[in-house]
Amino acid sequence: MSLALDALTILAVSAGAFFFLAGTVGLLRFPDALSRLHALTKADNLGLGLVVLGLLFQAEGPFAALKLIGVWLLTLLAGATVTQLIARTARPGGPHE
Amino acid sequence: MTIALAFDTGLAALVVGVAIWTITAREAFAAVVGFVAYGLLLALVWVRLAAPDVALTEAAIGSGVTGGLLLGASTRLRRTETPAAGEKPGATLRLAAALLCTLVSTGLAAILLLLPEPAPTLAPQAAANLAATGLGNPVTAVLMAYRAIDTLLETVVLLLALVGVWSLAPDHVWGGFPGPRHHADPDGVLTFIAQLLVPVGILVGIHIFWVGSVAPGGEFQGATILAAMWILAMMAGLVDAPPVSRCWLRLLLVAGPAVFLAIGLAGLAMAGAFLGYPVDYAKLLIVTIEVPVTLSIAATLAVLVAGPPERAPRR
Repeated sequence: MSLALDALTILAVSAGAFFFLAGTVGLLRFPDALSRLHALTKADNLGLGLVVLGLLFQAEGPFAALKLIGVWLLTLLAGATVTQLIARTARPGGPHE
Repeated sequence: MTIALAFDTGLAALVVGVAIWTITAREAFAAVVGFVAYGLLLALVWVRLAAPDVALTEAAIGSGVTGGLLLGASTRLRRTETPAAGEKPGATLRLAAALLCTLVSTGLAAILLLLPEPAPTLAPQAAANLAATGLGNPVTAVLMAYRAIDTLLETVVLLLALVGVWSLAPDHVWGGFPGPRHHADPDGVLTFIAQLLVPVGILVGIHIFWVGSVAPGGEFQGATILAAMWILAMMAGLVDAPPVSRCWLRLLLVAGPAVFLAIGLAGLAMAGAFLGYPVDYAKLLIVTIEVPVTLSIAATLAVLVAGPPERAPRR
């Protein structure tokens, strides 16, 4: 049982690490600010989501699991907001419409 | 073990690399971004050293609040930056700075390397007397009982820093509102996150403060989160920063150090030492100190980030 859980953890965390890697490559390689932000949000949302999913299999009890999910949700919220704010400043028309 | 060693080596190299990058960055803004990244990496180092309390403080205060303060400062300095970049310090000055830095680093390295093996430690005594403080987290016991004087001085230093920032205000706006009034689109994303996140953040801040007695956390970390929530509400324009002449604000700012000092002085009579607690009431007294201290630190940090008064008070 624990072997199966460990295997699931390794699988999910590795997939998460792949998204972080892809997001970082995108951040470094994409030509303009909006595409770079697009790459970065994939790392934040999917990458961290998969890492949290992997860690859920190792969580000690339901409260620890809920905390992990809470961390992911808060990061999603903060990441999405900050991306919006940066994108608004970065786009050609400037921060105001 | 080898994976852990590889990770630690990579982390250490990254910390040194980001530190060098921060120092050599040409623009103040870039240097601040480097400093924030450096603080977060340092927090990871503390986690690797099994010191989650220090890691939390480093991430919250060292990287977060200080980063925010420096960002504000670099924005204010942007106008003067271009002319200043032309003036290079002389060779003698740079040589002296390099020498001084080398001397300090060598001294620190020498002290670390010359420590006897095993290094001298008070950890067994700290753990042995933990029960007398009524606390479950030895770090909080050190901060609030064994070395309470340091924590008291830290709260006073924060207050002094605020006095320093406030003293930058010109006479005609003294007593007025700090910083510009922020206006955000009421249907915009910043207002949305402020309305959604602030209640959650206040809860998390109180939780971090409260678990500090038995687990990693405590007043400084909790207070930083509370301060961040206030700053977020101010930046989204949901509330205005309070004028610095407000009586309730000043009371809030000094409440923590004042209660701390009062209970410390009472310790002279009750336990025979300044900042001593009678064993039966140790936990109660520590919590009585911690609550106002947390509120005061939160208020001080938030008002520090808000900056010196810039708008005249309404008469």
